[in-house]
Amino acid sequence: MSGSLGARIGQIIPTLLLVSVLVFGLQQLMPGDPALIMAGEERGDPQVLAQIRAELWLDRSLPEQYVHWMDGVLHGNLGYSWRIRQPVSQLIAQKLPVTLQLAVMAFAIAVLIGVPAGIVAAVYRNRFWDYLANAIGLAGLSTPTFWLGIMLILLVSVQLQWLPPSGYVPLFEDWRQSLATTIMPAFVLGNAIAAILMRHTRSAMLTALDQDYVRTARAKGLREWTVVLRHALRNALIPVVTLGALELGTLLSGAVLTEQVFSIPGFGKMIVDAVFNRDYPVVQGVVLVTAFLYVLLNLIADVLYVVINPRLRGA
Amino acid sequence: MTAATLPSTSTPGAPAASVAPRTRSPRQLAVRRFLGRPVAVAGLVVILAFIVIAVAAPLLAPYDPIATSWSAIRKAPSAAHWMGTDENGRDVLSRVIFGARASMLAGVVSVLIAAGIGVPAGLIAGFAGGWTDTILSRIVDAMLACPFLILAIALAAFLGPDLTNAMIAIGVSTAPRFMRVARAATLDAASNEYVEAARALGNPPWRVALRHVLPNIVPPVLVQGTLAIAAAIIAEASLSFLGLGQQPPAPSWGSMLNAAQRFLSQAPWLAIFPGLAIFLVVLSFNLVGDGLRDALDPRRR
Repeated sequence: MSGSLGARIGQIIPTLLLVSVLVFGLQQLMPGDPALIMAGEERGDPQVLAQIRAELWLDRSLPEQYVHWMDGVLHGNLGYSWRIRQPVSQLIAQKLPVTLQLAVMAFAIAVLIGVPAGIVAAVYRNRFWDYLANAIGLAGLSTPTFWLGIMLILLVSVQLQWLPPSGYVPLFEDWRQSLATTIMPAFVLGNAIAAILMRHTRSAMLTALDQDYVRTARAKGLREWTVVLRHALRNALIPVVTLGALELGTLLSGAVLTEQVFSIPGFGKMIVDAVFNRDYPVVQGVVLVTAFLYVLLNLIADVLYVVINPRLRGA
Repeated sequence: MTAATLPSTSTPGAPAASVAPRTRSPRQLAVRRFLGRPVAVAGLVVILAFIVIAVAAPLLAPYDPIATSWSAIRKAPSAAHWMGTDENGRDVLSRVIFGARASMLAGVVSVLIAAGIGVPAGLIAGFAGGWTDTILSRIVDAMLACPFLILAIALAAFLGPDLTNAMIAIGVSTAPRFMRVARAATLDAASNEYVEAARALGNPPWRVALRHVLPNIVPPVLVQGTLAIAAAIIAEASLSFLGLGQQPPAPSWGSMLNAAQRFLSQAPWLAIFPGLAIFLVVLSFNLVGDGLRDALDPRRR
């Protein structure tokens, strides 16, 4: 396992390097001179412009600029926000916990809905419950996250007045209020993942239910649900666990829209605000950090896969 | 995906041709299988209807989609305005009809961009192998490591907000998926005996790739393309919702929903109809995509 793990890490490094080139390259797409945007009110002053150019190495060649920027990144310096004059890494560290809370809740909701629905669909294959689960899953996949959010606000907050339509209370300040403000966004965010999890659980269960050991368990006279839950599910969950890590990207993409709809001051809202403020270092920092998180989580998923699946141990 | 789904003309002498009963070609069989799925056909009908709506929008819309009217601000749906009016007195139905243009255009154009980049890259990577494959695959890994919408937002932000740039951003962000699908299908097809035979006959690599491998990757790319249009329509609506796509006053379903948020308690109809339109179109593309997958690859169920 250590050998294959080493190979995986060896594969990750070029990927991360390429991500950094990609993120650095984004800057080159920008119309106009970054120094002019940064200078803001003082754009008429050539001295200020020269100073900014020297500070950001904008007067050097592109490879030099990249190496300088990369050197900073490797030392944990993602640059400074042009708007708020704060380190980007600090801004991200402030906002990430909010999105993380949302993401964890969303994932829990997705597992609670998606996995049982997938099991039921597989057990009742090609019968009513299977069709129903598939139909709801497809509808979930086809509903835009932000529209689902708006519709829920309309129903739950405006009509029924059960939950606040927007805002956020930190978990450690008041956990009840925190849950009240995040349960609806978490459900919206978890919806798409639930549909994906349902589909994967269903197909993994169908494969597992077809195996010899399931036939043996049935032949022993075990009750059907014992067979399903104790024998088949255990093996079916292996691919589902790794899928969880792969859906992090879906979660973070969804968080951008969900946080916008529910006015939650997280990671996703930060990138949208940064885009409108033309605060490019923040945009770059967010892309870089999400890509890094994604790659890291994939690595963890690969390790987890080996840990859960005894057949792969020693491989 | 194997030769069984190919028009038999491109596989002279391949054993797959004999699988088809009597005179029916694999393509005809696939069409029959697709037509045997009522939900997929229903999806296709809805898509065609929305294409007609998008093309004939000026003929179908009862009002000018950007004409404001101070005497009809935020009126509930009525006989005169079936979907009500918005905060500027504009007819919502007319805006939903014209909004179909931005969505359908963005869906199709961004997928064409994605396929235009991804399919050749995948074909080259799968066919050439070696270092070419390694380099192309690492680039794809790097792009896939950035969450789709975040990459599209970043691209749209740096390019500047308008519909064209949104389509480019969505297309470029979707390209890696096409590359992966095309690469896998190429590897699969290249292992066929007739491809080996074509090589052994002394055909140049580009000819083998274009004449013998490319037709094999069409079915999976078609399935991926249909599902990608669904995703691209949601992505365009998302970018427009965030203000990074179609710019007002031109109507787009995403930007209509953005404006609707402010009047949720007074004028809920503003939020309901554009969202329903997105849902219907996206659901239809997903249904057709699923139907195509089952029709083109009957082994996968």
